[in-house]
Amino acid sequence: MPLLGVVGIALLMQFVLKPMLGEGGSFYAKLLLDIGINAMLAVSLTMVNGFTGQFSIGHAAFMAVGAYTAAVLTYYGSAYLVGGETFADAGVQGGLVSTMLTERVRDDGLATAWITARDLLFAGSLVAGGLVAAVFGWVVGLPSLRLKGDYLAIVTLGFGEVVRVIIQSQTADVLYTVEEIKEAPVLGVAQMFALKTDEWVAPLWLRAGGSLGFSGLPFYTSLFWVFLWCGLTLVVAYRLKNSTYGRAFLSIREDEIASEAMGVNTTRYKVRAFVLAAFFAGVAGGLFAHTSGVQLNAGELGFVKSFDIIIMVVLGGLGSISGAALAAVIVTLLPEALRDPPSLLFPTGPNGGASFFPWSLIVLGLVVAGVCWRAERKVRAVLLLLGTVLAWEALRYGARKAQVDLSDYRNVMYALALILMMILRPRGLLGVGEIWDRKRPHRSVPTATGKTGPGATL
Amino acid sequence: MAVGSLYALIALGYTMVYGILKFINFAHSDIFVLGAWISFSAAACVGFVDVDTSVAGVQLARVAPWVFWLLRAVAAAAVVMALYERVLRPRLVGRFSGWPATDVSRTLALVTVWGAVSLGLVFVARRLVGAVPGAAMETGGPGRMLAGGVILLAAMMTCGLVGFCLERLAYKPLRKAPRLNVLITAIGVSLLLQNLGQANWMFGTRPQGMPKLLPNSEPLFSIGDVKVWPVDVMAAVTAVGLMVGLDIMVYKTKLGRAMRAVSFSERNAALMGIPVDKVISFTFVLGASLAAAAGFLYSQKYAGLNQTGAAGWVLLGLKAFVAAVVGGIGNIRGAMLGGLLIAGLEFFGAQYISTELRDVYVFAALIVVLLFRPSGILGRSVVEKV
Repeated sequence: MPLLGVVGIALLMQFVLKPMLGEGGSFYAKLLLDIGINAMLAVSLTMVNGFTGQFSIGHAAFMAVGAYTAAVLTYYGSAYLVGGETFADAGVQGGLVSTMLTERVRDDGLATAWITARDLLFAGSLVAGGLVAAVFGWVVGLPSLRLKGDYLAIVTLGFGEVVRVIIQSQTADVLYTVEEIKEAPVLGVAQMFALKTDEWVAPLWLRAGGSLGFSGLPFYTSLFWVFLWCGLTLVVAYRLKNSTYGRAFLSIREDEIASEAMGVNTTRYKVRAFVLAAFFAGVAGGLFAHTSGVQLNAGELGFVKSFDIIIMVVLGGLGSISGAALAAVIVTLLPEALRDPPSLLFPTGPNGGASFFPWSLIVLGLVVAGVCWRAERKVRAVLLLLGTVLAWEALRYGARKAQVDLSDYRNVMYALALILMMILRPRGLLGVGEIWDRKRPHRSVPTATGKTGPGATL
Repeated sequence: MAVGSLYALIALGYTMVYGILKFINFAHSDIFVLGAWISFSAAACVGFVDVDTSVAGVQLARVAPWVFWLLRAVAAAAVVMALYERVLRPRLVGRFSGWPATDVSRTLALVTVWGAVSLGLVFVARRLVGAVPGAAMETGGPGRMLAGGVILLAAMMTCGLVGFCLERLAYKPLRKAPRLNVLITAIGVSLLLQNLGQANWMFGTRPQGMPKLLPNSEPLFSIGDVKVWPVDVMAAVTAVGLMVGLDIMVYKTKLGRAMRAVSFSERNAALMGIPVDKVISFTFVLGASLAAAAGFLYSQKYAGLNQTGAAGWVLLGLKAFVAAVVGGIGNIRGAMLGGLLIAGLEFFGAQYISTELRDVYVFAALIVVLLFRPSGILGRSVVEKV
């Protein structure tokens, strides 16, 4: 039933919300895509960092593995399926579910069916990317999850970097052409074994752009696919948290020795969490690779990306699914908001009309305020909210007066916001609870430090 | 060898902070970058860079009188703060909750004097350049080397100051917080330093060429095909000198003993009357200034300085971090050994196997070491850790 709901929401996003964004809506649509993908990454990392309390900082590596697997499959696969002279005109258009260019596609008659073979190829390659990433997660997790704490963090960091460097340096820059693919269907395997050193050609899966990046991928990622998978991730994470497995995960987080004493095979459960997280990260990577405006490059999927994901997880509260998703929204929107800060008191678009962006910021701010709401601190909360809005407006005003382009400083402000957040609200937005737990503040929730009771989550 | 000692210098900062606070200071590599760029700025201020007038150091030199006025103003402000501390605050404490209870004014005064001295050093170097006859100022001349030494000192002091401020402002409030938060804060600080450094009034986003302050026109001597350049030797000598000094300080002096005690157990050290806060601050300062020295030496070896957020810097810092881990994190001698090992591995691997995979060797070594000997090479054999 929740799966039907997820499909419904994804369809709504694609066919109702997207046309509503209207002209020039591609920016918002792109933001929504980013939000969905980031939420997937954050929630999947929550399964490792939040549930089992293991500290992995190489999550982007799984994303990279999934992205490259899916990219190779769709890029070379679309030539088999559809033909066409070049990959560019062979690959771009799928069915209606997987296009971001709804109007144009409909007008030009480029896509008429809801779902075509290419969409199925895309879906399949996403799953394949996820599976390869999961296998990779297993390979990485099995030896390294015996380590604890910082050492595990360092090893995952090392693995992540190794993956990045290998993709960058070991895959060939030159991609195959359509003719080459068609002439030798099993090119990869055949050439692996025909090792004449002077004319050795990288096998199929090693021709993925190298350090230049994998260009010319078809843009299949649409709101439908992103929110389908995002919803799936959320449902799985939520179900997991309340399942036997999830309880085992949580027990490892609370006290590893005690849970081992209770008969939980800690290493096995940790590896399982790792594999599951890697799967969803791989799928997210596949989605990321096929987003329009993105050129897949392993250099961007290094530890900086891993840190971004960790920031989301910690910001939302370690172990909180909804918190991670909320933080993904914030972390995606905040740098964009700081690029050209819109007025929050008079939310108008660039041309004077109503704009989605400031309104989405306002809604987001209210959600955050609601999440942080504590009945015994009403005045303080309201003052804080007002102060934030006023400071925001003052910042805009001052920047305009001083003729300072705020977009130059958005990364500085982002970093400052991060530091302040960590100092002022060290447990993240939601602690270990979920948004819907907030209604019952006195319910005792176990926390990472073992304290229980009201207010412990704050 | 030269690069190895640079790695070792940076690794020392990582390892000292980890030893005491048990967290990975991801901002450390940015302090190193800052050291390199401050050296550049100082060199520009001294007058070695005259091509690009938009460089922060050249601008600084232009407004030199103003800078001194500013310093005086800040000093006056510090006096006012001290008065406030003595007179006003005792009457305000308790009336508002959350009133800062630390000795703000003393810290501020310290920061001011410190900044003034490090800035003053740059101007000393400037005077020096004016005083020494031109011939000595030619590339490789003694005057240039002397100025380089002063710039090195200034960079170390400035970065030490930055390290101090970072510790006080960002890390100290989080001393009791979960370690993950401190880690995120470190990442935040790292981002902050990178992006601030790229601001136009700081170092900008254009790569700059560091002037050669140390003589490096011809190789000193050569062993077979390998030419040994004076800069390499000087970098190695400076680095080794600093490390030996550090080693003596940590293992032979009272302060070093205090550091080791805090590393062993913060609470017990406090009970024994060791001023924990000061020791921690001092550790940060020490680590930061060592990183600055590494930055200066690096800028002498590789003259092209990329913008502070460039990926190459981060990778360099990561390798130094790997060096700290391989040697056994928290262990000072381990960090030195690890730095040399990692650099050796990287360069010999790049030379004899494949250049493209040079980063892989480093991280593969990290993984292998951690899987088989998680506490690093020297982690067990030396019990005392800092």
